[in-house]
Amino acid sequence: MEFGFTTAAYVVAAVLFILSLGGLSGQESAKRAVWYGIVGMALAVAATLVGPGSGLWLLSILLIAGGGIIGTYVAQKVQMTEMPQLVAAMHSLVGLAAVFVGYNAHIELGNVLAMSEEARHGLEGFAALLAHKTPVEQNILRVELFLGVFIGAVTFTGSVIAYGKLAGKVTSAAEKLPGGHMLNASAAILSLICLIWYFNTGGFLPLFIMTLAAFFIGYHLIMGIGGADMPVVVSMLNSYSGWAAAAIGFSLGNDLLIVVGALVGSSGAILSYIMCKAMNRSFISVILGGFGGSAGPAMEIEGEQIAIDADGVAAALEDADSVVIIPGYGMAVAQAQQNVAELTRRLRAKGKNVRFAIHPVAGRLPGHMNVLLAEAKVPYDIVLEMDEINDDFPDTDVAIVIGSNDIVNPAAQEDPNSPIAGMPVLECWKAKQVFVSKRGQGTGYSGIENPLFFKENTRMFYGDAKQSLDTLLTMIN
Amino acid sequence: MRRKPPGPREPPSFGTRREKEETVKIGVPKEVFEGENRVAMTPESAKMLQKLGYDCVIETKAGNAAGFSDAVYKEAGVEVVKTAAALWKAADIIAKVRPPNDAELKRLSSDKTLISFFNPGGNEAGMEKAKASGANVIAMEMVPRISRAQKMDALSSMANIAGYRAVIEAGNNFGRFFTGQVTAAGKVPPAKVLVVGAGVAGLAAIGTSTSLGAITYAFDVRPEVAEQVESMGAEFVYLDFEEDQQDGAATGGYASVSSPEFREAQLAKFRELAPEMDIVITTALIPNREAPELWTEDMVKAMKPGSVIVDLAAEKGGNCKLTVPDEKIVTDNGVTIIGYTDFPSRMAAQASSLYANNIRHMMSDLTPEKDGKINHDMEDDVIRGATVTHQGEITFPPPPPKVQAIAAKPKAAVKELTPEEKKAQELAAFKAQTKQQFTLLGVGGALMLLAGLYAPASFMQHFIVFVLAVFVGFQVIWNVSHSLHTPLMAVTNAISSIIILGALMQIGSGSFLVILLAALSIFMAGINIFGGFLVTRRMLAMFQKS
Repeated sequence: MEFGFTTAAYVVAAVLFILSLGGLSGQESAKRAVWYGIVGMALAVAATLVGPGSGLWLLSILLIAGGGIIGTYVAQKVQMTEMPQLVAAMHSLVGLAAVFVGYNAHIELGNVLAMSEEARHGLEGFAALLAHKTPVEQNILRVELFLGVFIGAVTFTGSVIAYGKLAGKVTSAAEKLPGGHMLNASAAILSLICLIWYFNTGGFLPLFIMTLAAFFIGYHLIMGIGGADMPVVVSMLNSYSGWAAAAIGFSLGNDLLIVVGALVGSSGAILSYIMCKAMNRSFISVILGGFGGSAGPAMEIEGEQIAIDADGVAAALEDADSVVIIPGYGMAVAQAQQNVAELTRRLRAKGKNVRFAIHPVAGRLPGHMNVLLAEAKVPYDIVLEMDEINDDFPDTDVAIVIGSNDIVNPAAQEDPNSPIAGMPVLECWKAKQVFVSKRGQGTGYSGIENPLFFKENTRMFYGDAKQSLDTLLTMIN
Repeated sequence: MRRKPPGPREPPSFGTRREKEETVKIGVPKEVFEGENRVAMTPESAKMLQKLGYDCVIETKAGNAAGFSDAVYKEAGVEVVKTAAALWKAADIIAKVRPPNDAELKRLSSDKTLISFFNPGGNEAGMEKAKASGANVIAMEMVPRISRAQKMDALSSMANIAGYRAVIEAGNNFGRFFTGQVTAAGKVPPAKVLVVGAGVAGLAAIGTSTSLGAITYAFDVRPEVAEQVESMGAEFVYLDFEEDQQDGAATGGYASVSSPEFREAQLAKFRELAPEMDIVITTALIPNREAPELWTEDMVKAMKPGSVIVDLAAEKGGNCKLTVPDEKIVTDNGVTIIGYTDFPSRMAAQASSLYANNIRHMMSDLTPEKDGKINHDMEDDVIRGATVTHQGEITFPPPPPKVQAIAAKPKAAVKELTPEEKKAQELAAFKAQTKQQFTLLGVGGALMLLAGLYAPASFMQHFIVFVLAVFVGFQVIWNVSHSLHTPLMAVTNAISSIIILGALMQIGSGSFLVILLAALSIFMAGINIFGGFLVTRRMLAMFQKS
C-alpha cells in the first residue's frame, strides 16, 4: 500500500531505461545496455505487483510467464531476415494492449462514478485513484484515455498490415480504396466528433465508434504505403506505440508509463526522420504514399546493360585491392548474407580491403542490413554508413551491388527531373568497376530506370544473388 | 536502352556445329606493310570468335612479329594456311590492321567482308576499287565515338598505346631520371613533361609520365578535359583567354579548329613554358586536317640541350615543323625530335591483343544471334558509321549518328564563394536558426502557460515529466549508432510493453470484463517483453569486431 516504494522503484526503472537506450550508441556498450533494460522492466513489474491496486498477482505472474514462453520461443526461432515482420507484429501487440487498458480505464471510471461517496472511500488502487479525481480531472482523463485508445488502435491495425506486407502475406504494393485519403480524413473527423461527444457524455458508444474508425485509419494508411517506404512505416508505428503508452500513462497517472512512452515515441520519431531524410522525402509525402510525379521528362539513358559471368567477376576481384559491397533488400530476399560473408572472408584472407556501404534505407527496417551482416559474422567495423564511405568510392577498384537499386541510382544527382532527385545515394559508379547482382532487368520499387546499369564501368551479373555468389565462391579460394 | 543486352556467354556447343562447308571463316593475313608488326587476331580473340560460331584461319607467320607463333594459333583451334593467296581465297571475312594495298584489294570479291583500318578520307582510289569488287568494307577508324562503341574503338586503343610508348621513347632518349631523387651522390631534379592535347593518347602519356614521377603539365583546347587531366595527377595549363570554345561533345569528342586569337594566346603560353620543359609530347590532331603547328621553331630553340620532343602527329605533318616522319633527329641546339609514326607497332604484342579484341567486339555486334552468320545491319549506328562500302555502294561519309554526345553537358559553373561571403552566409544561417528556435520555444512556452492556466496541477505534474522525457529521448536517441537501429527498434518495442503496468494495476479491481481485458493485455505485453529483449540480445551478440 506504500506509494513511496513503488515510486522509488519507478525512478530507478526510468533511469535504467534511459541508460539502456543510451547504451546503444556503440556495439560493445549495447551488450551491457540491454541488461539495464531487462532489469528496469523486472523492477517495474515487481514494484507494480507489490504496489497499490494490484491483485490476482498469481494470475498475473502466470500470464506473464505464459507470454514469456511464447516470446522466448519466437525470439529464438526468428530468422534475421524476418526481423521487420517480427518488429511489426510486436508493435501490434502493444497497440492492442493500449486499447484494452484504455477501455478498462473507461469501465473503471464508470464504475467508480456510479458508487456512493462512502463506497468510494473503501476503494483500493487504480479505482481509488479515480475516486479522488475532481470533475475537471475526470474530463482530462477522458481525453487522455480517448487519445490512448485512438493511437493504440491505429498502431494495432497498422502494424498488422505492415506485418502482412513484410511477411509477403499482403501485397506490398501501395493500394488504396477508392476515395483515397478522403476516407482517412473523414475517419479522422469522425473520431474528432466522437471525442467531443465522449467528452460531454462519457458514454461507451463514441469510444467504440472511434475505435472502429481508428482501426480503419490504421489499416488504410499502411495499405497505401509500400515497398521501400516500409522502414519509415515501421519506425512510425514504433513511435505510435510509444505515444499510445504515454497517453495511457497520463490517464492512469503513472509517471513511468509516461516516461517510457515518451522515450519510445521520440525514438521512433527520430528514426522516421532519419529514414525520410535518407530518401529526401518529407514525412507527409511518405505517409500519403507513392512517389510524387516528376518535374519533367526523365533524362535519356545512353548505352546498354552489359552482362558478365562469374568468371569475369572473379577475375576482377582477383585483381582488385579495395572492394566495397553494397547490399540491399534483394540480399535479404535471396538469403544471400552468408555467401556475402564468405566472399568477404576469402577476399580479406587475400589481404584485400573489403568494406560494406550501408544506405540508411537499405532493407525494410532501419539498420536491417547491419543485422543481417552481423548474423553472417561480418565484423561490424568494416560495415560503414553512407557518409563514411561515399568519399572513398573513387579509390575503390570494385563495387559490388547486391540487390539494391534506388539507393545507388545516379539519377538522384544527375537528373533534376527524376522523382528521386536530391535523394542522397551511394556513389558507387565512381568506383573503377561496378558489378550489379540482380535478378533481371526490372526497375526498383520506385519504378525508376537506373542509369547506373548502363554506365560503361558497370557490368550486370544477372541471376539469383545467392546462386550467383555460390558460383563466384567456387572460383575464389 | 536501345538493344537487348546479350546474356551471359555460353560455351560453344560442339555437338550442334553446322556442317563444315556452311561455316563462315574469318581470315587474317600477314601484314604486308613494311615494318608492321601487329596482327588482327590473337589466339585469345580466336577462341572468342569461335564462340560466335565462326571458324578462324590465319596466314602462316602472321603473328610471329607480335610474339604469337603458328603453334599457339593451332592450339587455339585456328587453321594455319601457307600463303596469302590461299587465305584470301578461303576466308569470307578478312580482318587486318593496315589499309589494304592494291594487290590485296584485287583479292576482294562480292561475297567477302573486309574489316581493317582503311583511311577512307584519304583513300578515294581504294574505296573505288573496293566498291567495284562489291565487297563490304568496314573501316575501323570510322567507328563512331559513342559509349556503346568504345569496345571496338581501335583508334582509342591504338592511341592509348601510342601515348604510353611516346613517354617510353622520350625516356629512352632523355639523359636523366623522370623522378626527382636525393641520393648520396647528389640531388636529381625531377623531369618536367608537357603533354599537348589531352585526347586518349595524351591522357595515356600523362598517366605514364606521372607514374614515372615526372612533373607533368598538360594543355588542351577543350577546357572540359581539365578535370580528367587533373584526376591523372597532371597540372592543366590554363590560358588567360576569354572565348567560348566550341563544346567538344558537338564534334564527337574531337578538337575543332580554334580562332587565330586563341592560337596566339596558346603559342604565347607555350613560348613561356618551352625553356622549362625537358620533354614535350604533342598529340594534337584535328580530324581530316593537317596537324596544327603548335611547337614552333623558336620554341625548339628555346629548349635546353638534351630535351626531347615526341611528335605523335608526325603522320599528319607534325605539330612541330622540324619533325621528320618516321625518324629521330637531333637539332643544332641538342634537342631530340622523335617523329615515329608506328608507336603501336613497336609494342606489337599489346597492340595486337587490343586490336584483336576491337575486331572481336565488332564481330560480336555483327553477329547478334551468335550463329556464325554476319548480319550487316545498316540501321545500327555503329555498323552503319564504320561501313565505307556496302553491296557495291560507297557509303562514306556516314550520316551523323543518331546518338550524339559522349561528354556530359557542361555543368553550370558553381560560383566559388569568397571567405567573406561564406562567413556572411553562415552568420545568416545561424541567425535564422536562432530565430527559428526562439519562435518555437516562445510558441511552445506560451502554449504550456496557457494549458497551465486551465489544467489542474495534477495534470501539469505529469505533463512536465512527459516533456522532460521527450527531451531526454531526443538527446539519447541521436547518439544511437546507425548500425544498431534494428536492435534499437527491438528494445524500444520491449520497453514499450511497459503498458503492462497499467494492466497490472487494473486486474485487481472491478468487474469480470476489466479482469479479462487486463489479463489479455498482460499476456500480450508478456510476449513482447520477453520476445523483444531476447531478440535484442540475440542480435547484439552477433555484432563482432574483426
